[in-house]
Parts: sequence; structure tokens; C-alpha cells
Amino acid sequence: MADYKSNEMMTIAASRALRNEDVCFVGIGQPSAAANLARLNHAPGVTLIYESGTLATKPNVLPLSIGDGELCETALTTVSVPEMFRYWLQGGRISVGFLGGAQIDKFANLNTTVVGPYDKPKVRLPGGGGAPEIAISCGEIFIIMKQGKRSFVDKIDFFTSIGHGTGGDSRAKLGVKTKGPTRLITDLAIYQPDAETKEMVVTSLHPGVTREQVQDNAGWTVRYANDVAETPAPTQQELEILRELNARTARAHGEAA
Amino acid sequence: MARIVSLAEAVKAAVHDGDIVALEGFTHLIPNAAGHEIIRQGRKHLTLIRMTPDLVYDQLIGMGCADKLIFSWGGNPGVGSLYRFRDAVENGWPHQLEIVEHSHAAMANAYEAGAAGLPCAIFRGYIGSDLPKVNPHIKRITCPFTGESLAAVPSHRPDVAVIHAQRADKAGNVMIEGVLGVQKEAVLASKRSIVTVEEIVEDLGPRNLNAVILPSWAVGYVVEVPGGAFPSYAQGYYPRNNAFYKQWDDISRERDSFLAWMKANVLDKGPDAFRQYGRKLAAAE
Repeated sequence: MADYKSNEMMTIAASRALRNEDVCFVGIGQPSAAANLARLNHAPGVTLIYESGTLATKPNVLPLSIGDGELCETALTTVSVPEMFRYWLQGGRISVGFLGGAQIDKFANLNTTVVGPYDKPKVRLPGGGGAPEIAISCGEIFIIMKQGKRSFVDKIDFFTSIGHGTGGDSRAKLGVKTKGPTRLITDLAIYQPDAETKEMVVTSLHPGVTREQVQDNAGWTVRYANDVAETPAPTQQELEILRELNARTARAHGEAA
Repeated sequence: MARIVSLAEAVKAAVHDGDIVALEGFTHLIPNAAGHEIIRQGRKHLTLIRMTPDLVYDQLIGMGCADKLIFSWGGNPGVGSLYRFRDAVENGWPHQLEIVEHSHAAMANAYEAGAAGLPCAIFRGYIGSDLPKVNPHIKRITCPFTGESLAAVPSHRPDVAVIHAQRADKAGNVMIEGVLGVQKEAVLASKRSIVTVEEIVEDLGPRNLNAVILPSWAVGYVVEVPGGAFPSYAQGYYPRNNAFYKQWDDISRERDSFLAWMKANVLDKGPDAFRQYGRKLAAAE
């Protein structure tokens, strides 16, 4: 088995969740790496969309921002931002939204707004951006986040975008018809919502990861599915494609300096 | 008809103390040179609107030009925090900054509604989010036909929009290519507008039949500022300078280093400082 880092495992596990037929709204950072790995590996037909309006983009290197020239130059077409949010996202033409966040709770609600009270924040985070509507308008949501006590919390400081709300049918009761978060992929495990409670429960542990490790990096009592799988380790091919992509990206961003 | 003037003249004529100002550009074509001129002319008490207040608003906020910010994502894209924005919100430096926070969908819809001459924008949004609790301008409206509850926000009607584009012709018709953001909507939603361009040409040349054009009669002032979007990019002219976005993290982190940089690179300079980033030099690198 090849040597790999936990964040490579996270990106690779997340990439596997994307299917060839998906139309994916991609966030910057980890979601972008995972989505492009999927496109370069097992899902060459996946349609990637960034909120800058680039439809079906095929970047050769990972963008630093959601509107890099690379995205526009390799896209099928580029539409305006109002069209992006109105016709394509709100219009229901996106099957998967790929999100990250600063804080998450056990129902996969996300906070990217503030740490501490809104009016007197300890840390003012960038804010929601596209997330509040991505969370409700995409067919389903994949979340990719590194685990830690400060980010996996019992109670998030601010609900920027809804996951499964307070659990059960609370999301549907608000009138949201889409599925919400169906997968949470971390550097330690894969979580999926319990069919009844909608709490995100561990369905797969990455190779070598213990339940103690998972609990030590979460602010709530983590629950497990009846059958917990072991995430298949990264293949040589997955690692090579990801590392080449990252190396190309580093060279490209260095050259732009 | 658009008037072709200098950047100093355009800002003097179109941007006044206390105005509602929208400098737009979604990663691409960010009007940084125009932002610097607003700072040099010492505008105060501005209400700034922008979907993604990045470096240009960090600079305006840090230099004390703004009383209020209407926005949806305030970060340094791909890098991290905007420290001047955070210092204003967390510590009130250089003074308190009122924030009105939206989502991208709300902002994009609000610009489009403004361009369409409507008082508000309606969309499916904010469900389950705390943003309506902290922003009283987010309301719900019931569809009179289906009964669906939808989000409503006031349209954006800035006093002045400021954007950057690739080209204008001598009559002041402006052409935009690549990532379009909300620039067309921002200009059409505003009472006045300034468009800085990479070059003013005799004729816009061969183009797609559906090219994105702001006609001269819909634009206020056109100014040639080569390199005026730096460190963002102008498709077909020069790439995004990702290294500068990373450097800004250090420059802006402390008040002293920020102020020193602003003095050396903004207050003591003019729009010509951007020329070095324009196409010719970028191509020669």
C-alpha cells in the first residue's frame, strides 16, 4: 500500500463520491481538488460549475479563486453571476453541491460567518457567499472538512447554511425539497445521515483510524452505523493524479508571480 | 453619451462623500486603480456594495472611506482573511463599520432587480439560515399564484457603479469578455457609472454577435487605465497575480504595515502606476 497523507485520503474519498453523470457546483479549496480529481480519474464526464458562471469547466490546474481565467478558458461557456444563481442553481439544474465550512454540527449545518456572537465576533469569517442557496437548491450536498474540536462542534455559533436543521424532518418542514447533506467526508471518516434522525453517523473509517481518534476530534458524541466499513486506501493511480494536479497547480501559481 | 476623461476627473465628478458606491468585478476585472483614486481623493462616509469585498474594499475600509458595507463574502480569495475588514468589524478600526450581510444569490438578484428598475428582488433563498435574523432587509413574500414563501430583498440602486473592462471604442461603447460577474447589472442599476478599460480603440473589432456590450448612452464616464484591474486579471490582457493576493496577507495583517504600503503605493502614486501591469509588459515577462 502506498504512503499517503490524511488530507490526501480525505480528498480522494470525497472525489469517489462524485459520479460521471453529476452536475456539481464546486466550492474553492478542498472541494475543488476533490471534484477535479474525480474528473481526471473515474468521472471524466462530470460537469463542474463554479459560481463565477463557468459551466462545464475543465481546469488543467486548480484555481486559487472561483473566477480564475483558467476556469473561463476551459469552460463550455461562461454566464453572468445572476444567471448562474437564478437559472442554473435556483432552476434546479445542479445535482451536487460541494461545500466546506469553518464549523459544522452533527446535523451538518454549516457556519462560515462568525465565531462568537454576530454583533461582537471573536473571529469575523468571510461569510456565506453562495452557500445558503447552494445548500437548499442542489439535489444533494457533499461536505468535505478536516476534523477538529474547534470545527466539529456541538452547537455552531451561526447557521450560515442549513444541513438537516434540528434533525428528523425539520429540513422538509421548512419547505426544502432537496436532500441536503448526504455525505460528510473528513480526514478520518465518511459520515452519512441516519435515515430517521438525520444525524450524520460514521459509515466508513479511513484505514488505520480508530474510533477514539474520531471522538477526540469532534465536539459531540459521534454515532456509528450498524455496519462500519473501512474506506479503501488511495490507489496508486488516485495518488499520482492528485499529486500531479497539485504540482501543476503550484508551478502555475508560482509562475504567475 | 459616455464621456472619456481622466481617472481623477471621473472620480471627482461621479463619486461624492456619502454616496452608495458599488465597485464590482467577480475575481476578474476588479477596478483596483479606480479604488485607489477614490482613496487618494479622500472620499468619506461611503456605503460600499460588493458581492466579494476583497483587497480593494479592504483598502477602502482600512483607509476610513466607508461607513457601511453591503456584501456576501468578505475574504481574500484562496488565501484567507481580509484583516482590515476584520479589524473594522472586530475592533472598530479606523472606525465602526456597519455591515449588511447577504448571500451571493441575494446580491446578484438585487443587482438584477436594480437594473430592471424594480424595488425588490424575489428568489428562493435563506431557508434555515440565521442571516435574516441579523439583516432586517431580508423579508419573506408569498407568491400570489402558488402560495410559496420566497425571500425578498431590496434592489441595489447605487449612486455610482465602478467597473473595469477590456475595451471601449472612441464613442464610449464598452465591451466585457470572460467572467462577467454582475458588472453589467451594477452599471445599469446605478445613477452614475465609471468604467475603466485596458484600452480605448477605434473600433471594437470582430466579435460574437451576442457580445456583452454596455452602450455608450448607458455609461457615464470611460477612462483608459491599462493594468487597472491588477492584481486581479483582464482576460486576454494579463493573468491574475496570485502571488500578490498572498503578499496582501502580510501587508494588511498589521495597521502600520498596511498604512505604510498604502502611502507608498496609493497616496504617493497615480493611475499610471498600474500601466506596468498592462498587456505589453505582462506579455514581455
